[in-house]
Amino acid sequence: MQDILKKVTEAFGVSGDEEEIRAVITSEIKKYVDEINVDAMGNLIAVKKGKNKKIMFAAHMDEIGIIATFIDEKGFVRFSNIGGVSPFNSLAQRVRFKNGTIGSLNVEEKLEDKKALNIGKMYIDIGCKNKEETEKLVRIGDTANFVGDFFVQGDFAVSKAMDNRSGCAVLIELIKTLPKTDNEIYFVFTTQEEVGLRGAKTAAFGIMPDCAIAIDVTLAGDTPQSNNRDVKLGAGPAIKVKDNAYIAHPQIRRTLEDLASSNGIPYTLELLDMGGSDPGAIQTTGVGVPCGGISIPCRYVHTPAEMVSLEDLKNCVKLAGLFAKNYK
Amino acid sequence: MLIKELTDLNGVSGNEKEVRDFIKDKINNFCDTIKIDSIGNIIAYKKGINSKFKVMLSAHMDEVGFIVSGHTDKGFLKFKPVGGIDDRILPGKRVLVGKKRLCGVIGSKPIHQQEKDEREKISKVKNLYIDIGAESKDEAEKLAPLGEFISFDSEFIEFGKNSIKAKALDDRVGCAVLIEALKNSFEFDLYACFTVQEEVGLRGAQVAAYNVMPDVALVIEGTTCADVPNVEPYEYSTIQGNGAALTIMDRTCICDKELVQFLHDVAVKNNIKVQYKQTTSGGNDSGQIQRTGTGVKTASISVPCRYIHSPVSVMSRSDYESVERLTIAALNQMSKNKDFLKSLSKLTSGKEQLTK
Amino acid sequence: MNIIKNLEYLSELIGVAGFEENAAEKVAELFKDYCDTVKVDKFFNVICLKKGYNKSAKKLMITAHIDEIGFLVNSIDEKGFLGITNVGGIDSKILLAQEVIIHGRQDIIGIIGATPPHLLKPEDVGKPIKIRDLRVDTGFEGVELKKVVSIGDTVSFKSKFSIMNDLKASGKSFDNRASVACLLEILRYLREVNHENDIILVASTQEETTVVGVTTASYAIRPDAAIVIDTSHGDIPDLSKDYSSTPGKGPEISIGPNLHPKMVTKFFELGRENGISFQKMVEAGDTGTEAWATQVSASGIPTALLSIPIRYMHTAVETVNIEDIKYTARLVAEFAKMNSEELVEVLCL
Repeated sequence: MQDILKKVTEAFGVSGDEEEIRAVITSEIKKYVDEINVDAMGNLIAVKKGKNKKIMFAAHMDEIGIIATFIDEKGFVRFSNIGGVSPFNSLAQRVRFKNGTIGSLNVEEKLEDKKALNIGKMYIDIGCKNKEETEKLVRIGDTANFVGDFFVQGDFAVSKAMDNRSGCAVLIELIKTLPKTDNEIYFVFTTQEEVGLRGAKTAAFGIMPDCAIAIDVTLAGDTPQSNNRDVKLGAGPAIKVKDNAYIAHPQIRRTLEDLASSNGIPYTLELLDMGGSDPGAIQTTGVGVPCGGISIPCRYVHTPAEMVSLEDLKNCVKLAGLFAKNYK
Repeated sequence: MLIKELTDLNGVSGNEKEVRDFIKDKINNFCDTIKIDSIGNIIAYKKGINSKFKVMLSAHMDEVGFIVSGHTDKGFLKFKPVGGIDDRILPGKRVLVGKKRLCGVIGSKPIHQQEKDEREKISKVKNLYIDIGAESKDEAEKLAPLGEFISFDSEFIEFGKNSIKAKALDDRVGCAVLIEALKNSFEFDLYACFTVQEEVGLRGAQVAAYNVMPDVALVIEGTTCADVPNVEPYEYSTIQGNGAALTIMDRTCICDKELVQFLHDVAVKNNIKVQYKQTTSGGNDSGQIQRTGTGVKTASISVPCRYIHSPVSVMSRSDYESVERLTIAALNQMSKNKDFLKSLSKLTSGKEQLTK
Repeated sequence: MNIIKNLEYLSELIGVAGFEENAAEKVAELFKDYCDTVKVDKFFNVICLKKGYNKSAKKLMITAHIDEIGFLVNSIDEKGFLGITNVGGIDSKILLAQEVIIHGRQDIIGIIGATPPHLLKPEDVGKPIKIRDLRVDTGFEGVELKKVVSIGDTVSFKSKFSIMNDLKASGKSFDNRASVACLLEILRYLREVNHENDIILVASTQEETTVVGVTTASYAIRPDAAIVIDTSHGDIPDLSKDYSSTPGKGPEISIGPNLHPKMVTKFFELGRENGISFQKMVEAGDTGTEAWATQVSASGIPTALLSIPIRYMHTAVETVNIEDIKYTARLVAEFAKMNSEELVEVLCL
């Protein structure tokens, strides 16, 4: 798990620019599935064929980042956010463009009132003297992610993009270890979740599954003065009750809870009052798709140092596998 | 001039009939079929010489405006804005009410009578009213019943060297381009969709795209242009006179990268002035179209419009011409270069069959 | 069939958005004697078909959502206090001193009390408390409580259904149970009517959250036209006239881009011809109801919206004038009686 997690978190894949991560995932899974398709939104759709029910597992492969919008005469780059990028969490961070160029992200010095901090007053410095020099490395429309190296300490792994490469890692492990079931299982690595659950919508339309399970991170409530949440690291997967995009279908949630309890998998329950996930777009597809979520407890979501428990990831794989086998 | 005729028409979101009838008439001889769907979109179909791919062109017919929401005892109209309108531009403006285009004015308290703190405050729409000269509630109700639509009263004029001012350049410019494009023939099936209700939430395009299920879509729009005093260069968005604006990303859509590059290349090849939109604000129908069905390769070509969503939107004639030329050149290139559409749609159906 | 009895029964049903299974079963029971077929779909929409005499005629869908706002248990502490999170839009200001019911293995009562005012921190004085900081007192110790209540259990407002002044009622969830009561009235009016078109009544779900209920039901049904019945804001001193209507004067018929203009004028006509009271409301964009979803479903569905005025929406003391339920039902029934040819003429833009 550790190795695959490192591989996928390090890959580049800001929303709308998921080429690299898609290639990494494709090479990992292609031996283990019957078919792989890429749709018009860039979703990677793999399938293990079967006769009974169509189950769709979804893990988004895009990460938050920034997009260059303007290069000034002195070579500084102005930018816009891609997905939920907090100006506070980006201040004084490093960013990496797709071509490897690294930049230092900072704020106009004259802005004294930090409460007024916003992306409009920030810029990226790639160390060039003027516009011409900069444009050799960075052009308008280029995207960059945040630099946040992968490391492991005990059971905990830290990196940028645990949201949601940890979900991708779980899905990859699931693909590799899932024995044949009676059901037809779709493993979808979706795009553009961070900008509005966009990839999931078209992927679901193409599949029209009987149900869908999203594997995504969720906010943990086990850090100092955190808001009230049951979810914690090391206590197993969080089974989705609700987030801002959907309410987990009670039957799907019950099935997940029963499978976890009767198979000795610890779990907590996730009720998120901010943020959404792919099922928000999947459940309204066609005549309706009941959805649930197996969520990965994560601290410091949308920062370059997101933290998850490796044990939790392994339990997510177990629970997902049980669902794939037992869903009728 | 086509743009003058189009902007003179009144078609506030939800009331596009006037614009729809005019356009139907204009394109009648250039399409194989014209359908009006259940929400009021025009879907003009032009069969391709070799019908393998479906290309959708999209422009919205509706404009921002107002709707009568009440009548006061003394005969004034209460109103609500339809679409996004900056409250600050409203006081003291002329409007046209209803099909009969009754003359109305958005009143404003004379400055002589304003208290000191009133002078410093912007009036909210809730506190504004329209005077149509009625003297009683009954009279007002008869002349302008609840639900009557109201447009800005603004003439089309050419001014300065190359500038045009009119209301509703967003998006009658798009409609004009589509009308011109329909005069050409292409290899692929062309669906020119004149959509409704974009300004109140990108509504018509959803339905149009579902009915068409295109492979590729080009949305032709009017877009923000803030290259005016008191704005930092990095906030300009687009620059008037710099040509057709290609959107990389806005609030509703990350445009297909290959398609945007293709459009840029076509522009350069044909000596058409082109620029990239340099902010990610705003949104248009491309968002809804892109996520229809199993996905549509979508991009947007826009005319920079200063003071968009006001009665005095301004564009450069040459920018409009660049957009028209680029749209048609791109369609021609897609038509000629069969491999391009094929490569786009290879991704669309994207089957990579694997052998174990 | 007594409207007041129906309204009371429907108001007291528990069906927080996303958890309508039980409520749907009970609603299906109520409807089944008035329709040809009744089924409950995977999102617990109750779909009732009343066939028209002409198999190839049009399909008219009439929808009213059955879900209500409420909460979910978010945490349970050792002292037996619950943390909650809201489902649907709830003003935290109404929650202090509110009684609720927690639906665990059994229903238990909860009290949302308020911190004594003299103990408030100075920065909190005069400010509404956030829902995530509220706690529900159950009267049990944590250990005992956890045997009955779990995280993720639903919580609803405790409310008393009462009659005010003969014609008015007060209770919880008149948004939108008053409209569901209206659906029953419509079925009563249509019982002996030989109508040409198929009429499909949908008691839908999750309107208060994501509208997934009517979105998926419309896609499956593909009606030719849709009538959405919801509730609107009854007038009170601090609401302006163009944002509220008068209880007792009939349903609000909405006008604006979200609604099909000719369906709207047809409703005005039917109201006048049949002496049914109604009011008009102009909506400049999103009506905030299921109509916004049905209008653009698949190939698009011409939609009209009728709203029953209620005061104090999204509180436990919503009030409605019973006459308005009757007016709405009569109007919709008249519309449903139209034959196929007439309906096609109305729908043609």
